[in-house]
Amino acid sequence: MKKSVFIGALALAGVSGGMAAAGTLDDVKARGTLNCGVSTGLVGFAAPDANGEWQGFDVAVCRAVAAAVLGDASAVEFVPTTGKTRFTALASGEIDMLARNTTWTFSRDVDLKFEFVGVNYYDGQGFMVPAELGVSSAKDLDGATVCIQTGTTTELNLADFFRANGISYEPVPIETNAEAQPLYLEGACDVYTTDASGLAATRAAFEDPSAHVVLPEIISKEPLGPLVRHGDNEWGDIVRWTLNALITAEELGVTSDNVADKAAAADPATPEINRLLGTEGTLGEMLGLDAQWAVRALSVSGNYAEIFEDNIGESTAIGLARGLNASYTDGGLLYSPPFR
Amino acid sequence: MSDTTTSFVRTEMLPEQEPPASQSGAIKWIRDNLFSDVLNSILTLIAIYIIFQIVTGVWPWISNGVWNTSSLAECREVLDGATGGCFSVLTERWNQLLFGFKYPPEEYWRPIVAFILLFAAAAPVMFIMFLPKKLLVFTAIYPFLAFWLIWGGTILTPVFAAVGLVVGYLVYANLVRNSFAAGFFGGIAAAFVTWWISGFITAAIGPDFMALEAVPSRDMGGFMLNMILGVVCVSLSLPIGIVLALGRQSDMPLIKWICVVFIEFIRGVPLITLLFVANVVLAYFFPPGSSIDLILRVIIMITAFSSAYIAEVIRGGLAALPKGQYEAADSLGLDYPQAMRLIILPQALKISIPGIVNVAVGLFKDTTLVSVISMFDLVGMIRGPILASTEWNGVYWELWSFAVVLFFVVCYGISQYSQWLERQLATDHR
Repeated sequence: MKKSVFIGALALAGVSGGMAAAGTLDDVKARGTLNCGVSTGLVGFAAPDANGEWQGFDVAVCRAVAAAVLGDASAVEFVPTTGKTRFTALASGEIDMLARNTTWTFSRDVDLKFEFVGVNYYDGQGFMVPAELGVSSAKDLDGATVCIQTGTTTELNLADFFRANGISYEPVPIETNAEAQPLYLEGACDVYTTDASGLAATRAAFEDPSAHVVLPEIISKEPLGPLVRHGDNEWGDIVRWTLNALITAEELGVTSDNVADKAAAADPATPEINRLLGTEGTLGEMLGLDAQWAVRALSVSGNYAEIFEDNIGESTAIGLARGLNASYTDGGLLYSPPFR
Repeated sequence: MSDTTTSFVRTEMLPEQEPPASQSGAIKWIRDNLFSDVLNSILTLIAIYIIFQIVTGVWPWISNGVWNTSSLAECREVLDGATGGCFSVLTERWNQLLFGFKYPPEEYWRPIVAFILLFAAAAPVMFIMFLPKKLLVFTAIYPFLAFWLIWGGTILTPVFAAVGLVVGYLVYANLVRNSFAAGFFGGIAAAFVTWWISGFITAAIGPDFMALEAVPSRDMGGFMLNMILGVVCVSLSLPIGIVLALGRQSDMPLIKWICVVFIEFIRGVPLITLLFVANVVLAYFFPPGSSIDLILRVIIMITAFSSAYIAEVIRGGLAALPKGQYEAADSLGLDYPQAMRLIILPQALKISIPGIVNVAVGLFKDTTLVSVISMFDLVGMIRGPILASTEWNGVYWELWSFAVVLFFVVCYGISQYSQWLERQLATDHR
């Protein structure tokens, strides 16, 4: 009896009614918040700070979308997901979009029925070794013990790489990045392998980072990007073009500082900026939003370059170089379709 | 010739003398226990050496600890290569470790009050032999009060939940004289009708009536979440476990088989699997967008798990009772509930105390498993947000030691209470 009452009381408080209709955009507007799936914690990409505010590179994408759709960058309900729960959370409708350093692969796109809307970080699997080992190439790692996260694509990539080069290794399976750090430092493994961004973040946290080197080989392609469910193309378009707006803004030199000025009046000399910021054309309307959507998205934390620098760039403790993630004009891979 | 006579017999007793130094006090104890023979002496010296090494190794780490920096890099700068703990992660993030990172800081007093009241509510049950029975009323109110304090919202929700319970009980008490089934189902129906009606009343009065700021379940975290899960699941699983244990011994095949299947199924499945079911699989069964609260799902799963274990522990207690006890109850003309309540269960539960405490302590520690389904309990907070923050990426010993201390205090407390309770109830035949 007592049990049923207590559960009933909790259930009363807990059941949130309302069916998710086909239109995610309408749902988000009706709810007034964007449910955005993020990592439970990944240095530089998503982690709550001392005040409980989510910060990070992936988080910034969520905030930009929320600002574009709802006009309020803080109207985001961040749903932390693990590598195991992220896809079910998206498929079941618990979250509207997932921005959680998720690699865009064929099977995830096609078989799991998701739609990757773009790439916000080009990553690849790398190796880190203590400098005193004197290793300069991953091909010298014959017979090494390697710390590796189980159940990830990195595990398979590693096996492929060593087999292709005809050298042997001994894997030390670990669960999380946080677990790998002390194991590697204690010498339980000679090599730690994970995504290059993760290696940089891990190395940055060491007491003496210069005692460790990241080897030049990158053995896999890991394009990380936000994703949404199949079948709601209007919503997918909004997330895709919000991401593209961030990338395009860098290309066009629109920053968080000057976006308000540029959006105040159309400058005939810069037609693409005008279309992006809604002073010309009806791009926002086509998306089902208002003309100012991109202005709001850019006002939150600036364009792609600013977001990168604030969270993971060379001025931060993580200190990642732009590399592949530079704009195509600077020799990188970032290339947004035109706003026209 | 002198007048003095020399007496050969003492006229007064000698005072008692201290035993020789080697046969009393600390020296004797050390001799007997530490240096009684060569082998013991060697072992003692080795042990002293090891303890010395540990203490001198750990002490600088603690005494030299840094308590007031805002990041690991800054802390290392302050230490400048010396050994020392960066305890500033605790001073900066203590609130996140205790309450999770989303519980509003200005509302921290609410879980704290709920925690203090927990002792007031538990005391009448735990020390029932010393305290007046009337205090049990507070214990009955406490779940609803704690729910209101921690989750917030209008006070009407927990009040009507309690009213529904009372109405259900009254209906049950009235109908049970005629038939147990009528009372049981009548009580449940009455309770649900009350809740249904109360929904309209709450809507009419408005959701702000005596409302605290509502905090959604998703925002619960830290050690508070461990405490909520531990306390709720232990207190729910004990009565359910008793019912299951009795059901398993029942003569009625249907009840017996339901209990057997439930217990064996739950015991055959790892807890982590049940948690994944609660988190991931259940989401597929509900229409998209609507879901039962995650904490509630987890509470149901952990309670089911621990009640199956407690049922088996209590079955052990029941099996330990001589058959004569059952027969004695029958021969006194007691019916089944009376026999159980007055004769069988008091003895069986007393025998089961160590086992029940064992399950309770294990369950409390198992609540940290929720961190793998992305709930931020104490372990989840450490593994996720704190170790993933740019400031504190790389701090391990300080955080995990903190978690160890918190869990140890609670588990040791439970253990000590159970030993005290065993001594209190010791009427045994040894």
